[in-house]
Amino acid sequence: MPPAVRLHEAVALAGRFPLLAGACLEVGEGEVVHLRGPNGAGKTSLLKVLAGLLAVHSGEATVLGWDLMADQRAVRREVGMLGHQSFLYEDLTVEENLRFALRATRSAVTGIRPALEQFGFGGRLASIPVRRCSAGQQRRASLAVLVARGARLWLLDEPHAGLDQDGRDLLDELLAGSRAAGRTVVFASHELERATAIADRTVHLAGGRVVEPPGHADKLERAGTSEPVRKAPAHVA
Amino acid sequence: MLRDAVLVAGKDLRIEVRSRVGLNQIGPFAIAVLLLFGLALGPDRRVLAPASAGLFWVAVLLSTILTVQRSYAIESADAARDGLRLSGLDPAGIFLGKASAVAAQLLVLEAALTIGVALLYGARLSGALVLVGACVAGTLGLAAVGTLYGVVASGLRVRETLLPLLFLPVVAPVLLAATKAWDEALAGTPGRAGGWLDVLVVFAVLYVAIGIVAFGPLLEDG
Repeated sequence: MPPAVRLHEAVALAGRFPLLAGACLEVGEGEVVHLRGPNGAGKTSLLKVLAGLLAVHSGEATVLGWDLMADQRAVRREVGMLGHQSFLYEDLTVEENLRFALRATRSAVTGIRPALEQFGFGGRLASIPVRRCSAGQQRRASLAVLVARGARLWLLDEPHAGLDQDGRDLLDELLAGSRAAGRTVVFASHELERATAIADRTVHLAGGRVVEPPGHADKLERAGTSEPVRKAPAHVA
Repeated sequence: MLRDAVLVAGKDLRIEVRSRVGLNQIGPFAIAVLLLFGLALGPDRRVLAPASAGLFWVAVLLSTILTVQRSYAIESADAARDGLRLSGLDPAGIFLGKASAVAAQLLVLEAALTIGVALLYGARLSGALVLVGACVAGTLGLAAVGTLYGVVASGLRVRETLLPLLFLPVVAPVLLAATKAWDEALAGTPGRAGGWLDVLVVFAVLYVAIGIVAFGPLLEDG
């Protein structure tokens, strides 16, 4: 089975500044991958590249079978993204935002009610404009859109941020059930305890590249291996 | 494409109805422009009435800038623009939808301004078909250009000042042709407005076509 995500020496630029500087990454179908790295490491840029929001300047990039170098827009309908911002319209209600998102992606609108109830928007809450919702509720509304869309690949940037305990637990439940639900998840998080508990593996980023985890060289040295330590960019599969 | 256009136009209009920015801010702004022209030219209706057409269309042009800026402001809050891109909607459909929503708001505004020029400037409204035709064709052209340049400006930090600079020179033909068409109608000679209406229609068709083709790349680059 081909991987859901395959990046090879992928470079993405903001002007002349490299946001991704030769990133290599493979993610299998149904895998939950945690992106870890310091601020500015390229986690958000990597997620944007995978969503088709940021163009790949050079290298290879395939997501869900779509070649992003040929057409970065084609993959978007199959991808759900949760970013630092909500992607919601403030003057529309939570329900109207869901309806618009589902109709735009040609998804079945029958998923609206269950998704609203799952994230605590049963009753009148679904009918208030998003701008009147708290930050946590807006986060829940974004998650409801994500779930209702039924996207094959979830790209989540600090998904736990702004959520209360119940919301975090609900999110973890969803992520843990990803393989069974047939979706692949790539998420960036600084909440290491939660992230490592739900992820199948962790990928480290630094300077726009996938790298070996910090301390990896020391571990190899202590183990007495003669294997040379690979310098970034490294292939992580 | 048309399905996406209807979806986007419906969303934009719903937001405008709910936020009432058009009703509470852009409408009063346009009326204020008419009043200020009146103050500048003096109370003599023999001066104001012949200038009605030009003043009307200048007020429409200025209001178009605000309407277009508002149309993109709703996309920049909470990165909704990225959400729109992620939705996979046809860019041509997004362009047509946003332009249609802008045009619909402008047509409502023009109805109010028409009453305004009649009341404030003493313009005698005759040649209704030409007046309406010029409004429809002129507004489509303005909305198409505004939506096209709006997406260019909206991705930049200097969007508030850049949009008028890009927009106003390009729509000079609309100002000229629509004013001339209205002049003929208000003067009681609507039959002589045909050529000016043709200019408005050609301009609108041209910029709608350009928008359909160019909007996608501009949305991605913004």
